[in-house]
Order: sequence, then structure tokens, then C-alpha cells
Amino acid sequence: MEVFVQQLINGITLGSVYGLIAIGYTMVFGIIGMVNFAHGEVFMIGAVISLIIYVMVTTVIGVSAGAIFFALMMCLVIGILTTSILNWAIEKVAYRPLRGSFRLAPLISALGMSYALKNFVNIYQFERSSNKSVPSIITGNIPIMTSSDGFEVVLNDKNILIVLVTVVLLTIFWYLVQKTSLGRAQRACEQDRKMASLLGIDVDRTIAITFAIGAALAAVAGVLYLVYYSTVSYNDGTVPGIKAFTAAVLGGIGSLPGAVLGGLLIGIIEIMWSNYVSSDYKDVAVFAILIVVLIMMPQGILGKPEVEKV
Amino acid sequence: MSASSSEMMTANVPKGVNWSYAFKEAFTTAVIALALLCLLLGVTTEGGQNILIFKPARLAFAVFLAFVVRFLVVVQKERKAARLEAERLDAVAGIQPKKRRNWFERAEPYLQPVLFFLMAFFPIVLVTTLGGQASTKWVDNYGIVIMIYIMLGWGLNIVVGLAGLLDLGYVAFYAIGSYTYALLAQYYGFSFWMALPVAGVMAALWGIMLGFPVLRLRGDYLAVVTLAFGEIIRSVAVNWKDFTGGSAGISAPKITFFGIPFNASDEGFAAKFGLEFLPIHRSIFLYYIIFGLAILTAVVTLKLKKLPIGRAWEALREDEIACKSLGLNTRNTKLTAFAIGAMFGGFAGAFFGARQGFLTPESFSFEESVLILATVVFGGMGSLVGVVLAAIVLNGGSELLREATFLEPYIGSDPNRYRLFVVGVGMVVMMLWKPRGLISTRTPTVFLNERKAVSGSLVKEGHG
Repeated sequence: MEVFVQQLINGITLGSVYGLIAIGYTMVFGIIGMVNFAHGEVFMIGAVISLIIYVMVTTVIGVSAGAIFFALMMCLVIGILTTSILNWAIEKVAYRPLRGSFRLAPLISALGMSYALKNFVNIYQFERSSNKSVPSIITGNIPIMTSSDGFEVVLNDKNILIVLVTVVLLTIFWYLVQKTSLGRAQRACEQDRKMASLLGIDVDRTIAITFAIGAALAAVAGVLYLVYYSTVSYNDGTVPGIKAFTAAVLGGIGSLPGAVLGGLLIGIIEIMWSNYVSSDYKDVAVFAILIVVLIMMPQGILGKPEVEKV
Repeated sequence: MSASSSEMMTANVPKGVNWSYAFKEAFTTAVIALALLCLLLGVTTEGGQNILIFKPARLAFAVFLAFVVRFLVVVQKERKAARLEAERLDAVAGIQPKKRRNWFERAEPYLQPVLFFLMAFFPIVLVTTLGGQASTKWVDNYGIVIMIYIMLGWGLNIVVGLAGLLDLGYVAFYAIGSYTYALLAQYYGFSFWMALPVAGVMAALWGIMLGFPVLRLRGDYLAVVTLAFGEIIRSVAVNWKDFTGGSAGISAPKITFFGIPFNASDEGFAAKFGLEFLPIHRSIFLYYIIFGLAILTAVVTLKLKKLPIGRAWEALREDEIACKSLGLNTRNTKLTAFAIGAMFGGFAGAFFGARQGFLTPESFSFEESVLILATVVFGGMGSLVGVVLAAIVLNGGSELLREATFLEPYIGSDPNRYRLFVVGVGMVVMMLWKPRGLISTRTPTVFLNERKAVSGSLVKEGHG
């Protein structure tokens, strides 16, 4: 029981990170109907940039509690700015010119982009070693229960931080999508791009902003990933990227609450699977979920069934 | 202007380039590049202590590069727009535009026989010019490796180029073929020739098993599912240690000349045929096996293209909904493409096992899938000659990069590390430049009364 609770806490933490990445996939898919393969790489770049900023700030002003807080804030702000510009640029360079092209073109372009970004980071940041790490950033913990045989369930401060940041961000994000004119424009483009443009919505701009917002959330996920694992590799975009995509599909692609729900489920399933079944096959389990979900219920848990339009 | 030129019946002259606009665009791009790259390129951390290192030189170079590239792209775009405008004015004035065909289309009919003879006589020419010792490296590292990629590219071409299904896990079928050979040989003592058809059938069966449920998915989903499938196969090969040997690998028997081993013993190939023992014998034999397999792939593809099933593939690629409306069984059509593509992947895999003599899951990473897909994409999807050229350029290029150590002081690291980056960028550029391949017009395989070429840009696909 205690082990289960501990794993549940870990699963929810990991799931929050997946959920944040999944939103980027689901939003882009909702609005232009393509899988942005490069999104996982954007997340990875967010994490790498955070690491660099964190190291820069802590070498300058030390590692006191205040300094770490300031460093993480800097990571968030600069990380969000850089990845937003990055994803905006990716959309403008690699996807927008292909919007009217044949249907494999944006996919192949996205795949090439993802590959180029990953190897770019590999070449210039991971020349000597395949990963970079920092000392644990947040270390405190709160014991919450102890079992009869002495197993202590703890709530790490970093778990609390990750879940807290996720909740705050999702609230802001939800407000943005539901209550602002930008959100309305987004939902309008999702339903019918041509009609939206006839009604005076700048579709190109809306799509570009969607990419930027998705990247901002991925950057936050990157910072949280760094806080959680304290280590980053250029390879970290691919597998978490597919897992987040699985989360988006599981929750129902196009649905924002679905992406978060899917993220949490995938996080919990992954942690539970590696704890109770086999940690060797945890990736296989998640990929198998992806295949099964797509076959059995392609609309996901909260999504709407897809209608094929001519 | 158009009126006066039509009177004189001279073609319109395209407008000049707006240089200040191009400069402005390039400058903006450079600023954005600076913002993006100042952390990723300008700073790096090193070692366990995370010592910060600032690298302003490479940052400045990258920003400058962004400026130049954007400038050239804008100029090129403006020129093209001006030329099209002039052609449009010509058309209004009744002047026939000159027929343009790009170099690839002009060269294609000649390339086919040239490349075929090049491939067929490659080892013989090498052995006679360089001698048996020196040519081993060339036949082994270049010839066989490039032929494997050509075969895989042609196999994947059936799935991606003809049927229009994006398969990101093609390497899974390659892996299945290899492991089928290795495992059959290990547990049941199969020889290469016995295992070869089994490997193809196994790969095709897996293709059907995967394809049956997933092929009704949209293109994007299909891509992700095949990617996941590839990772599952690799992960199983890594983790099922008792059966596949795990990441330590499994040995596969090396190829024999119909039972006669290629070694220096008295029973070996060289001794039996009264030749001096040279490793090149084995390489040449291997080369011709993969050459034969690749030619088989090409012939089957060309034949299938003329059969109803091939036509159905191409129709499906162009518009799936129209196919459904006309009563085509889209699932079975896709499935056959998937299974046949997978089968050739399996053949290539079995060959790979026999060539390597030792298999590890490392050889079947997602990276390989991307490289094979890049061969098809660079070749211009659907073109067999294009795949050959792309395989030669990709592999030859990467071998050249490996040799180009003299570049090291300029680019700061091993040039071969750039290979995959270049492949990624190349895929994006190819899509932006010529998404439908290097051939800008398409001649339909089926036609009514008269064969008319359709401009590639006019062929628009429906969403499937």
C-alpha cells in the first residue's frame, strides 16, 4: 500500500511533465491537423537551455536558496522566450510553406526538423559526453506515512513544486484559451480555417501563436524535467516526445483537458509498470498503449470522434 | 508593357530584385537567429563541474550564415516570382513559353542504363584496376553498404512512394529479417538460402499483423504507430536476452558459397577453385547477392506498377476518399503495399545478417529508419533512379565526411557528427524545394486517348 502511494506520487509528478508536453501536440494537431514531430525536440531544447541558464546563474551568485529560486525563474522566463521563438520559426520555415502541399510533405519536413534539431544540440552541446547533469536542485522532503515494516512514503519538495507549477500554468493557459479573443480565434480556426479567415481572423498569426504557446509549455516541462532528474541528454526529446504524444492520443487528440488527463495516466502507468512488472519493458508498455488506443478508440477518452471531410 | 511587347512579339523581361527588401529580411532573420542561438551555440558547459565556456566565434558564424541563407532565399524567391509574372504576361500576349525541363528529367532516361551497368560491373572494374587487396575496402564499405540502402530504399519506396503511406518503422522489418536468419541458423541450423525466403515471409507476416489494424488510421497516426512499432521491436531485441542475446548480440553464420566457406582452409572457396585466398572473393559474392536481391525488388516494383494493384496504390496515394467512393478496398490495397515493402525489408535483413555475421539491436535504431526514409525522400518519392543516386550520395557523402578530418579545426568537432544533422536539414529543404520529387511533371500510367504530362504542382492530393 505504502509503496503504491509512493509510486502514485511519482507517477503524478512525471505525468504532469508529460501533460505539459502533450498540450503542445494536441493544440497543433487540433488547429492544423499535423503531428509536430519536432515538439519533443523543442522540449529537450527547453531543458538544455534551462541547464545552461541554471549553471550560469549559480556560478555567478552561488547556490543559496534565494539564488536557486532566482535561477529557476530565469530558466522559466528565458526558456519560454527562446523555445517560443524557436517553435514560431520552425512553423514559419518548415510547415507554413507546405500547408497546401501534398499530405506527406509537412510530416516529412517535421521529421527532418526534429532530426536536425536533435543532432544540432548533440553536435554543439554534447561534444564530450552524452548527458549533462547538475547537483540535485531541490532536495527537501516531507514524510507523510510510514508502513509497519519501516517503508517511509515521502513527498519530495520537487514533486510538490512540479505539480504546483503545472496546476498554475494550466489555469493561466485555460483562461487564455477559454476567455480571451486569442483563444476564441484558435477555437474558430480549429473548426473551420477558411470560415475563420473570412470573418477577419488572421489564421497564419493564430497558428503561429499556437505553436509559440505549445513551445512555452514544453519549455516549462523542460525546466521541471531538469528539476526532477537533474540531468539532460540530447536524446531526451524523442522518447518523452512519443510518450507525450501517446498521452495526447489517449486523452483524445484535440482536447486540452484530455492531454493533461492522458499525461497523468501515462505517467502513472509507466511508473507502476516499471515498479510492478518490468522496468526493461516500460517503453514497450507505453508504445503498446499508443497502438492499442489508436486501434480500439482513436477518439481517445475525452475527444470527439473524427469526421472525415472531403 | 505587355501591350507593347505583344506588338513586337518579344517576351517580357522579368522585373529586377528588390535588394533593400532582401537585406531587411536577412537582417531580421539574423536577429532572430542570434536570439535563438546565443545560449545553444554561444555557451556550453563542460565536465562534471559544469565549467562555462563561451564560444562567440561559432555564434557569430551561425548568425552570419543565417543572414546569407535568408538573403539568397529571398533573392531567389523574388526572381522566380518575377519570372512567373513575365511568363504570365507572355501567355496573355499569346507568346508560347519555352518548355522547361529540369536537368534530372533530361538525364533520367540515360541515367537508368548507366547506373545499372555501373552497379553490375562495379566490383569487377575495381578488382581489375585496383587488384584484389586494395579493392576489398571499396566493395565492402561502399558497394555492399550502398546496395543495401538501395534495396531498402526501393522496398520502402513501395510503401511511401507508391502507396503514400509514411512508414517510420521500416527498420523493424529489416530487424525481423536479420533476426529470423540468425535465430533459425542458431536453433535449427538453417543456411542462408533456406532462411532467406523465411525471413521475407516473416517480415511480410509482421507487416500484415501490424498493418491490419493500423492501416485505417490517418497518415499522421500511421507514421507514429510505425515509429512505435520499430521501437518495440528494438526494445524486445534488447531486453529478451535469453532468446535474442540482448544488447550483447547474437551471431549469425557468415555466408558460404553454396556450402563452401570463404576461408583460407583446404575446404575453403579459394582452395577448391584453385585460387589464391583473398577476402575479396567473399565481398564480391556478397555484392552480387545483394545486387540480385535489389534488382529483384526493382523488377517486382516495375511489374506491380503496371498491374491493377499498382495502379490502385498510386490512386490511393493521390486521393483516398475518391478511391473509397469508387469501391476500391483501401485496406487490402494498403495492406499489400505494406506487406510487400516489409518482405523486401526482410530479405535485406537476412542478407545483412549473413554479411555481418553478428547482430546487435544497435543496428536497428530509429536512426536507420530515418536514413532509409531520407534515401526515398531525396531520391524524389517514387523514382527508382532517384533512390540509387540518393543512396550513393548519402553513404558516399558520409564516408567522405569520415575522411574529411582536415575540416576539424574549422568546425570544431568531428565532421562525421554533422552527417545526421545534414540529413535532417536536407529532408526539410527537399520538402520545401521539390516536395514531389525531382521530377516536376508526372506522366500518368493510365490515360485516356492521349498521354499528357501533368505538372507536379497541379496534382493535388486529398486527405486520407
